[in-house]
Amino acid sequence: MTPSPDVMIVGAGIVGAACAYELARAGARVEVIDSGLPGGGATAAGMGHLVVLDDNEAELALTKYSVGLWHSLAKELPAAAEFWGCGTVWVAADEVEMAGALAKLSVYRQNGLAAELLDERQLYEAEPNLRAGLAGGLLVNGDAMVYAPVATRFLLEQSKAKVTRAAVTSLDDLKAGAVVCATGAMAPALVPGLRVRPRKGYLAITDRYPGFARHPLVELGYLQSAHGDSNESVAFNVQPRPTGQLLIGSSRQYADSTASLLEPMLARAFAYMPGLRACSVIRTWTGFRASTPDKLPMIGRLRDRIYLATGHEGLGVTTSLGTAKILTAEILGYAPPIPAWPYRVERFDV
Amino acid sequence: MKFDVAILGAGPAGLAAARAAGRRSASVALIDDNVTAGGQIWRGAPRIAVPTGVRFFPQTRVFDLRPGFMLLTESHGAMEASRLILATGARELLLPFPGWTVPGVFGAGGLQALVKSGLPVGGKRVMVAGSGPLLVAVAAALRTAGARVVGITEQVPLGRIVPFLAKYPAKLPQAFALRARLLGVPYWTGTWPVRFDEGMVTLSGGRTVAVDYLACGFGLVPNTEAAQLLGCRLDGGFVAVDSRQETSVAGVYCAGEPTGIGGLDKALEDGERAGAAATGQAVNPSRGAFVRDLAAAFHLDPRLFDLAEPSTVVCRCEDVALGTLRPYREWREAKLMTRCGMGPCQGRICGPITNCLLGWSAESVRRPLVPVAAELLSKDVLQP
Ligand SMILES: Cc1cc2nc3c(=O)[nH]c(=O)nc-3n(C[C@H](O)[C@H](O)[C@H](O)COP(=O)(O)OP(=O)(O)OC[C@H]3O[C@@H](n4cnc5c(N)ncnc54)[C@H](O)[C@@H]3O)c2cc1C
Ligand SMILES: Cc1cc2nc3c(=O)[nH]c(=O)nc-3n(C[C@H](O)[C@H](O)[C@H](O)COP(=O)(O)OP(=O)(O)OC[C@H]3O[C@@H](n4cnc5c(N)ncnc54)[C@H](O)[C@@H]3O)c2cc1C
Repeated sequence: MTPSPDVMIVGAGIVGAACAYELARAGARVEVIDSGLPGGGATAAGMGHLVVLDDNEAELALTKYSVGLWHSLAKELPAAAEFWGCGTVWVAADEVEMAGALAKLSVYRQNGLAAELLDERQLYEAEPNLRAGLAGGLLVNGDAMVYAPVATRFLLEQSKAKVTRAAVTSLDDLKAGAVVCATGAMAPALVPGLRVRPRKGYLAITDRYPGFARHPLVELGYLQSAHGDSNESVAFNVQPRPTGQLLIGSSRQYADSTASLLEPMLARAFAYMPGLRACSVIRTWTGFRASTPDKLPMIGRLRDRIYLATGHEGLGVTTSLGTAKILTAEILGYAPPIPAWPYRVERFDV
Repeated sequence: MKFDVAILGAGPAGLAAARAAGRRSASVALIDDNVTAGGQIWRGAPRIAVPTGVRFFPQTRVFDLRPGFMLLTESHGAMEASRLILATGARELLLPFPGWTVPGVFGAGGLQALVKSGLPVGGKRVMVAGSGPLLVAVAAALRTAGARVVGITEQVPLGRIVPFLAKYPAKLPQAFALRARLLGVPYWTGTWPVRFDEGMVTLSGGRTVAVDYLACGFGLVPNTEAAQLLGCRLDGGFVAVDSRQETSVAGVYCAGEPTGIGGLDKALEDGERAGAAATGQAVNPSRGAFVRDLAAAFHLDPRLFDLAEPSTVVCRCEDVALGTLRPYREWREAKLMTRCGMGPCQGRICGPITNCLLGWSAESVRRPLVPVAAELLSKDVLQP
């Protein structure tokens, strides 16, 4: 009989894979179990934008730390992971949003993050396909993109963890020193009462239009869509792939909303980039984010030997690497690399 | 626009369905993305006219279908229909071999279509290669257009073709008429191209032939995507229908190649039944065995699946070679890791190839059915 592993990770999305990678590097014997293909859940449905967000301090700390980790990992990633240090352009529609961009600039600068304010003309030069008459924007230089399914597989391979395909029905039945539940939006199925709700998002991808967009583009109102709790919301969020294809997002809705947000999401994108109307869409799909009440992830001990790494909302690709560091420190009893209390599980009642 | 019956596809199956439905129903729409009716075989010169009373919408691509039923089109917005007949035909099966993606290599039916729409082939040396009755038809059309057909290679050994033709004497005159026009053209059976390089085709067995064009078709793949989008059940890769051509989704009928590759006669019979059934008329039973016998006679030699080398491209949209796909166990995994099948054709070409070469089956269909301007997807058709 093979000995039971030190850590059994349930869920082989980018979060589970990053945890396997980090725990293995720290010397733990790790196994992974997933009911489907590694990286085939939300990780396959998302955009892979590695982005620093500053809605609150805890989010800023985790995203900044994690984007830094991605840059360190970049040179080891295979070419197919398509790591691209493209930055992000935040788009300000009017003077009010421009004031927001200015505030954002000072936050980023205070945190040692390179960013440049773009006036109307500079914005247009950076992204000629944005509509005329926008106030300006903010270029955040350190943001990047990655093709998450390949990154997931890379992290799993590096961990050398055995990956088993099976559906887990009970965390307590798993034999291991520690069990990590990294099942994303499906976590409440294994942890009844967990404050994680699936939040659906539509995406569309176009044929190749090289140079049409040069950076991931996000409207400054995005944070309100992501962090607000309205039942349905859309925001302008367009990301070029290295091939010249364009990913068009984003939308958010909880399970009690059954409307299609594809149409308003596209309409929102056209309002910023009118030329998108004529771009040929080859596929549309939806994916589910794991959303907590405060939109921050849950990382750490749930009870006894059961740990959680879920609730990453629309940022799980970005924050997977930071999550893995924090969780590894907790399981192995080290001090966390950044203050970890904002992400602790017990901030909510289960 | 609202109709009793909407028919998607104006090939032989769709036209026969329109004729049958037109006998009874007040409002029938016939929709096709080509300039004229006729489908693949009658391209531009249909032998069944669009019946009077049936509204024909040419050059109208359907990019989405919704329950109820709603057809979303590029040029005419949303069309509603109480019953739907899917007569979407088939596309060619292409198989990869070294050189299959270089200029000069075409799909056999694809080249035929190009010629019909004006590509000059006068004096060009063309080899037609692959499998199935279509090859002879293509070669004949190319000859008529002035091409020098230097040979037809059919992968099936002669010993399997002869009993097939003997069993279906009704198909013989057709075959002979075509043959006569091809007089003098070598017809190599049990043979296939293994390589194309700088205008030279190498055949299995070692013979080399100089050509300007190589036209390949290894059979037909049914266009089942429209049916799949509506949730119709498939059976062995074809749309499952009952004796009245009705699919597993009530009110949706399917006719022609998507229910089984059988060519013209079968498409006409299917269409007649579907059109009659969808409008409450009596339906003649299917005569049936031809589809099975055709598939058995022309089934592909597995050696055709070993022609591609590790560096041979399989997914042309995303430029993925066979060797890149080998490490993976299933379509979705390969797709996620290599982006095979994620390009504009959405796996329509490489899906069937990986099915043959690697035994994979492609996953479910996503909207839109065909690439479409983003603007058209932004209109919420379900809300007034
Ligand atoms: C439309 C959209 C756009 C996004 N864009 C971005 C972006 O640009 N940047 C970014 O950082 N993030 C983005 N995200 C968020 C990101 O995709 C997710 O946060 C991240 O992929 C979550 O990873 P995960 O490993 O937690 O979950 P998943 O990838 O869903 O993995 C969970 C795994 O658990 C398995 N599983 C579930 N239940 C069981 C069980 N009972 N037994 C065994 N296995 C089980 C599943 O099969 C799955 O593989 C986006 C998300 C969406 C939906
Ligand atoms: C390239 C090719 C060439 C062929 N040439 C011959 C030949 O010369 N001789 C022969 O005997 N057989 C030929 N065949 C075989 C042919 O399939 C049958 O003979 C016969 O045409 C089948 O009739 P059908 O009505 O089932 O389909 P088809 O004739 O294929 O008709 C289907 C029609 O539906 C339309 N359609 C499909 N999807 C959509 C959509 N989303 N929106 C709008 N319109 C749509 C297609 O454009 C097409 O016009 C050919 C097949 C192919 C693939």
